Amino acid sequence: MDWTDTLAELIRRTTSDLPADAEAALCRAVDVESPDSQAALILRALVENTALARQQSTPLCQDTGTLTFFWEVPPGTDTAALEQAARNAVARATHNGWLRRNTIDTLTGRSVDSNVAEGCPVCHFEQRAADGEGSCKTPRSMGVPPMKHGQDARATPVRKGFCKSPEGHAAGIEVWLLQKGGGSENMSRQFSLPDETLGAGRDLEGVRRCLLHAVWQTQGFGCAPGVLGVCIGADRAEGFLVAKRQLLRSLDDAAPEPELAALERRVLEEANALGIGPMGMGGTTTLLGVKIAARTRLPASYFVTVAYLCWACRRRGLRVSSDGSLHWLN
Amino acid sequence: MITLHHPFTETAVRALCAGEAVRVSGRVCTGRDRLHKHLAEGGACPADLRDGALFHCGPVVVPLSPDPAQPSDGRGGWRVVAAGPTTSIREEPYMARVIERFGVRVVIGKGGMGEATRAACARFGCVYLQAVGGAAALIAQRIKRVAQVHFLEEFGATEALWELDIEGLEAVVGIDASGRSLYDEVRDASAMRLRRLLG
Ligand code: SF4
Repeated sequence: MDWTDTLAELIRRTTSDLPADAEAALCRAVDVESPDSQAALILRALVENTALARQQSTPLCQDTGTLTFFWEVPPGTDTAALEQAARNAVARATHNGWLRRNTIDTLTGRSVDSNVAEGCPVCHFEQRAADGEGSCKTPRSMGVPPMKHGQDARATPVRKGFCKSPEGHAAGIEVWLLQKGGGSENMSRQFSLPDETLGAGRDLEGVRRCLLHAVWQTQGFGCAPGVLGVCIGADRAEGFLVAKRQLLRSLDDAAPEPELAALERRVLEEANALGIGPMGMGGTTTLLGVKIAARTRLPASYFVTVAYLCWACRRRGLRVSSDGSLHWLN
Repeated sequence: MITLHHPFTETAVRALCAGEAVRVSGRVCTGRDRLHKHLAEGGACPADLRDGALFHCGPVVVPLSPDPAQPSDGRGGWRVVAAGPTTSIREEPYMARVIERFGVRVVIGKGGMGEATRAACARFGCVYLQAVGGAAALIAQRIKRVAQVHFLEEFGATEALWELDIEGLEAVVGIDASGRSLYDEVRDASAMRLRRLLG
């Protein structure tokens, strides 16, 4: 198996083929909006666009975004080789028109036409325990710490739908790709509680106030309807990473912690009652999902970090087992 | 649905109302951050924008020529595979000046714009259209031809000024020439609902 070929195919799928959960959410939204509203017109165009991009293998959106590869690898893996394969795959995908020339040298202002540069694309590697524990998708990738014996079971969720082929787990390699566009990334933000102007204290009610405020501030700028990936706690940098990882979750799942699942549901419902609507032109579909994780924090800090993702939820995962067989994860 | 065709007349533009759905055809020029800064700071525009449309968009393009060393003849040696609107508010510092200097009648983008652009639309007879954000495959299908490209070397393919011939691009009037902005109305109404929710 050639990793450059495999990752190029991962990019092609991610950039052109919206995952089924996101497409279904858009279709449901069309039915919710009144038929001759601007909101319905926009949502119908998004559904039509989704089918067209898939059929033609062309980008769903012209902003093909920051490419972030989340890897989970067994001990002893040559991660430098995988990273090089990712870079080769990005250059090839750009050449094929699956990715826009989307990389600017910040100092000279010139376009880096291959989309390959230092730290670009982004690769995050995590090593799986040698016995394969934690490989069944995927507490850590989803921003939840790995299980220790005797630990509260709530901290070790196993998400449904991720464990379709258990064979070869321990020795296999798993990779998820997220493509996140600039318009949506510009809408990501971080709050530090308490925040007096929002009336937000250091509790879940404070978190709710931050999230609703974030949705209001974002309006249509991030191509609503969008998804919120949220991390409560951690430090500033880890908060953004964990929040971003929440965006890999299926729109149909719920946080394993009942209090976070309840908050996810409530914020989704309340945000959609704000009337911002698709592209900020009014309507009842402002968010498609809210995905929240909690991390420990320092006594002095309480961050609420929001990674905003637009309707174009471009995320695809695959697993290559030790025998070289390939399995798509969504 | 109302149809608009290039060149766009002041009468046609002033007749549009916020919230109306339109289809745009004819010549449209793309421009993003680099172009707006260049134009607002007194730079020359190689394309004729008078009674024209400026589309906030950085397309995905591939050369038609199989020889990558000779990718373009500068006039249509390209195919657009994806082209949706980019966030317009980034051009807010420049937009009003560009509308005034070049006589732009139609701005196409996403997310809406601010007070200065709203005022310029009313004063000079211009309209802001919301294209469907992210619907890049669909919009690329409405692009029939790349007529010309400018600033390709200087700004790069994404930021370059692409002169495109389009047919039937769907959009919704976001800011009309009477000074009404749908975005302002949605923002104010949602602020009221937010206050109610947060008590
Ligand atoms: S916010 Fe998303 S859908 Fe909109 S232009 Fe950016 S990447 Fe595309």
